[in-house]
Amino acid sequence: MKRQLNWGRLYLVAVFIVLYSPIMYLTYYSFNSGGTMREFESFSLEWYGEVFSDTRLLIIVLNTLVIALLASLISTVLGIVGALAIRHVRQLRSKQALLSLNNVLIVSPDVIIGASFLILFTMAGVQLGFNSVLISHVAFSVPIVVLMVLPKLEEMSPTLIDAARDLGASRWQVLTKVTLPFIKPGIFAGFFMAFTYSLDDFAVTFFVTGNGFSTLSVEIYSRARHGVSLSINALSTLLFLFTALLVVGYYFISQKSGNKPTNAEVAP
Amino acid sequence: MMTRARNIYLVPYVLWIVLFVVAPIALIGYYSLFDVEGKLTLGNYARFFTPVYMKMTLNSFWYALLVTLWSLVIAYPTAYLITRTKHKQLWLLLIILPSWINLLLKAYAFIGLFGTYGLANGLLELIGIGTRQILFTDFSFIFVSVYIFIPFMVLPIYNALEELPPSLLDASRDLGASAWTTFRRVILPLTLGGVKAGCQVVFIPALSLFMITRLIAGNRVITLGTAIEQHFLVTQDWGMGATIAVFLILMMVLIMVVTGGRKTRGAK
Repeated sequence: MKRQLNWGRLYLVAVFIVLYSPIMYLTYYSFNSGGTMREFESFSLEWYGEVFSDTRLLIIVLNTLVIALLASLISTVLGIVGALAIRHVRQLRSKQALLSLNNVLIVSPDVIIGASFLILFTMAGVQLGFNSVLISHVAFSVPIVVLMVLPKLEEMSPTLIDAARDLGASRWQVLTKVTLPFIKPGIFAGFFMAFTYSLDDFAVTFFVTGNGFSTLSVEIYSRARHGVSLSINALSTLLFLFTALLVVGYYFISQKSGNKPTNAEVAP
Repeated sequence: MMTRARNIYLVPYVLWIVLFVVAPIALIGYYSLFDVEGKLTLGNYARFFTPVYMKMTLNSFWYALLVTLWSLVIAYPTAYLITRTKHKQLWLLLIILPSWINLLLKAYAFIGLFGTYGLANGLLELIGIGTRQILFTDFSFIFVSVYIFIPFMVLPIYNALEELPPSLLDASRDLGASAWTTFRRVILPLTLGGVKAGCQVVFIPALSLFMITRLIAGNRVITLGTAIEQHFLVTQDWGMGATIAVFLILMMVLIMVVTGGRKTRGAK
């Protein structure tokens, strides 16, 4: 029994090493003073300096963050409204239909979302750029927020609302004083998910971004197509740290509310 | 009173569904009926059934199948072993963390790792096999895809294993079943829901990953996703791209039906 467990531990450690080696590899060479990912010459922070002096790249980072923040804020509001709408639908069949439609964008491949949004924006005459990217990020984040908020809403006992109404609260007061505080963990989880989805998205953005505007993922893609450049390594190390911080923050919140991780939380 | 409140929430949410779920899919169907010159035709569908596109579709299917199978083979023992460790949540978090890192950065890391002078070739050299061409082969495409999808496969299987009552395993052992029989007759059937959910989250995106094929497989592997991207963004033949997208959507629906749709447990 004990030996079996050791083999198991070894397997887990192997999977762990394979999963992390690319990230470690990138990080290691980001400190290389030589220009390649082959031989490590000497320790240097040269590439980090390059990242911070590259104004174009910094503007793109700023763009990405602004898009992610705006998209997650707007989609959180829309997602809460959506969850409330689904919650208030009495008929089981309409509820199922709404939920299925909600999930379409979660299960659709990114390419389909990107291509169809490209057609949509072209037909609607929306200029490709900041607006089209923002709108599509909001659009694909809404269903995730709905899925995060809805379970919390279902958990809430209807008697709570009845009690508030009996005590003379207006509909608005019930919403802001009773419902929203109760579902707060779900709202935060939804916001975080939307934020990371938006930061991570490549395929959809790639389709609707047009010429003048770029986000980090799109920029990394076009640079990586031109081969290795160690400033991408430096950038990815910084991004990795940022992501790790976000995840720890998110897990802290979800642990507090006692959620079990589900697939919706990791799907790309 | 109730009906009025419900309508208020439903209006923006249904608007979102119509604009960003129903309209894009309808537009894809609509565009698939036009050729490059904008003439109404069924020619795109006829073209899809020519050997060139059929071969590409079958290839895409085959690669997606391989990626799904390998992910399953690696992820199932991983998930099982995680449930046997002392710090389950920590291990799970560690395995899932890489899925939050930007997919392009991971792909970029493999350009370095698999390069002619990269770590992988260094290892091959060390054990005496010698340097090989790894990048831009089918192997590298499948390896990187499996790498990316492992966390998505681990999670639903882990959740299914966690829901398995341990008393069942004891009962099976008491009744004289060997470890293998217990696995085959008890554990596997009861975690099939998680396996299906995992296959669903891996197979559909594996059909449509285009950035991996571009960066890692050097256009050797053409998936349906690559073809859609090519038609929309390179050759500007939106009609044909939309036609391929229609078939991708159909396949997605088919896979959802085969793997039990949205009712599978792991994917709630």
